[in-house]
Amino acid sequence: MSALANHVEEARQAPSLAVSIQGLCKWYGSVQVLHDVDLEVATGEKIVICGPSGSGKSTLIRCINGLESHHAGRIVANGVELDGRTRGLEAIRREVGMVFQSFNLFPHLTILENLTIAPMLVRGTRRREAEALAMNYLERVHIPEQARKFPLQLSGGQQQRVAIARALCMQPKIMLFDEPTSALDPEMIKEVLDVMLELADTGMTMLVVTHEMGFARTVADRVVFMADGRKVEEGAPNRIFDHPQTERAHAFFRQVLKH
Amino acid sequence: MANTLQPLVSGRRNALDWWLRERVWPSPFHILLSFATLALVVPICVKIANWAIFDAVFVSTGPESCRDAVGACWAVIAEKHRVILFGLYPFDEQWRPTLAVAIYLITVIVTLTPRFWSLRLLVPLWTIAVFVIGALMYGGIGPLRIVPTTEWGGLALTMIMFSGTVILGFPIAVLLALGRRSHLALLRSVSVVLIETLRGVPLITILFVAVNVFPLFLPAGTNVDKLLRVTIGIAIFFACYQAETIRGGLQAVPEGQYEAAKALGLRYWQMTGRIILPQALRIAFPAIMNHVIAAMKNTSFVMIIGLFDILTATTAVMQDPVWRKYYVEAYTFAGFVYFAFGFALSIYARLMERRMNKGYVS
Ligand SMILES: Nc1ncnc2c1ncn2[C@@H]1O[C@H](COP(=O)(O)OP(=O)(O)OP(=O)(O)O)[C@@H](O)[C@H]1O
Ligand SMILES: [Mg+2]
Repeated sequence: MSALANHVEEARQAPSLAVSIQGLCKWYGSVQVLHDVDLEVATGEKIVICGPSGSGKSTLIRCINGLESHHAGRIVANGVELDGRTRGLEAIRREVGMVFQSFNLFPHLTILENLTIAPMLVRGTRRREAEALAMNYLERVHIPEQARKFPLQLSGGQQQRVAIARALCMQPKIMLFDEPTSALDPEMIKEVLDVMLELADTGMTMLVVTHEMGFARTVADRVVFMADGRKVEEGAPNRIFDHPQTERAHAFFRQVLKH
Repeated sequence: MANTLQPLVSGRRNALDWWLRERVWPSPFHILLSFATLALVVPICVKIANWAIFDAVFVSTGPESCRDAVGACWAVIAEKHRVILFGLYPFDEQWRPTLAVAIYLITVIVTLTPRFWSLRLLVPLWTIAVFVIGALMYGGIGPLRIVPTTEWGGLALTMIMFSGTVILGFPIAVLLALGRRSHLALLRSVSVVLIETLRGVPLITILFVAVNVFPLFLPAGTNVDKLLRVTIGIAIFFACYQAETIRGGLQAVPEGQYEAAKALGLRYWQMTGRIILPQALRIAFPAIMNHVIAAMKNTSFVMIIGLFDILTATTAVMQDPVWRKYYVEAYTFAGFVYFAFGFALSIYARLMERRMNKGYVS
């Protein structure tokens, strides 16, 4: 658990603004998918981003670790500006972990190798330390017994928990989640959300794209509602779910909260 | 398809029964077809067996051994195998290529064994092997007299060209495949032009270029060994085909794998070497082995430009008036040598495929 303690400690020392996005614009060809988006995330803050399909949620968080390039505006993550230079990009990716909807585990590597490859290659951690770290995180996501298996031998929920552990093994300051439970069967959603709740308790800065409103109410400091590439509304979860101020948000939450 | 489950359920006897019923005579038409096939295949097999085994002469007792033979005259192999296996290599020195081939085979077997897959072992191994084989074949060290590559021949030459082709060609193929998928426009264009041009040209043309045209571009006085030039030519040809199969494998690796690797902070070559290529090569493996086996057989093209590979050597044997009428036996033998290597490669390919599927559910 010392890794965890380190984590919290480092998070305290990090710049008080974990992510700062100003005037972000992005086009796919001639289609503008992000319009002038501003977003500031304090260290340790948990943000849930929601909105209808195609509203640019994925694009927004993928811009933060440079999986997508942006065309206008500024992104500063963990004190480093993403300005198209490789140096900054590498620095940000080292400190920003990401969890995908489709897990994206490396199928040719065992679970343990999935967890150790990045620390060993990127951080230069020695194998033994990397494996100890990996086992530590596998315990935190409650599947240490699967370490020698291959990803496709695991259930979806287990794979997603491994994916979370894999990102955490890089000991990131910020974690991005892009619909982490959307590809899962209902009975597996809870096990993943539970892991995310536990992670939230450690003080990790989290940006989560999700439609799990229960999770948002429990964890989120703020909910950001997006539509058509714009940030339409933001606020505390209870306020925004129960008293949305825009018609778009009202219609959307009525739909989503019904289920 | 429900029937296919039956043999699992019932006993062995029933399995045979099922096989006969389902696979041999499920209908009158199939019975007819089965018998027609038998009627065609059996006489051919009997003829071949009589020729190759029962009526054949195996031991050589001199030029007259096969005078009364009705079947195959394998004595020609006993008599001429040294030429077929070693070509023009000086007779008294032929222990050198024998030893070289042995070292080569051991090196290859070690290389193909997954347990030894580490660059720390394989790179020194191959460096030493190449040096020792080169020293054995070429000589000039200690008491070994020099045998120029023009006198090399037979099986050793075929193996040298084949491994040279794969060892040189494979990395080029990987680079070309990556280049063709690169975001850098110039790199991509160069790869595309190279691949498409060389794939459009017959191998023979490339061999002629390597032998006749390439030396014209060298500064006067320099001389690159003909065997080396030819091997490089075949290697590049091989690489261009192989690049396309590897590219197919690369295309089949999901975008999410790239994204996950990037998000973890891996650099391009780390991502490519550790995440993308292993998966791409696994997917493309059957096609890759296909080209490797073809490359082995393609070395026989060098006959045309006068390199003395195993096929040229066999042809040379047929210059001997005493034995020339047994060319079928001689070529069968050469064919069998190719087959042995080709078949070993395909068995290996199948074992590897099974191994690589470890961890993949389906
Ligand atoms: N590679 C691409 N090329 C062109 N257009 C794209 C590409 N990726 C996304 N888009 C478009 O950008 C817009 C925003 O997409 P994005 O994936 O960010 O939406 P989202 O809010 O994550 O939606 P979802 O809930 O369906 O995941 C959509 O209109 C989408 O069609
Ligand atoms: Mg999305």
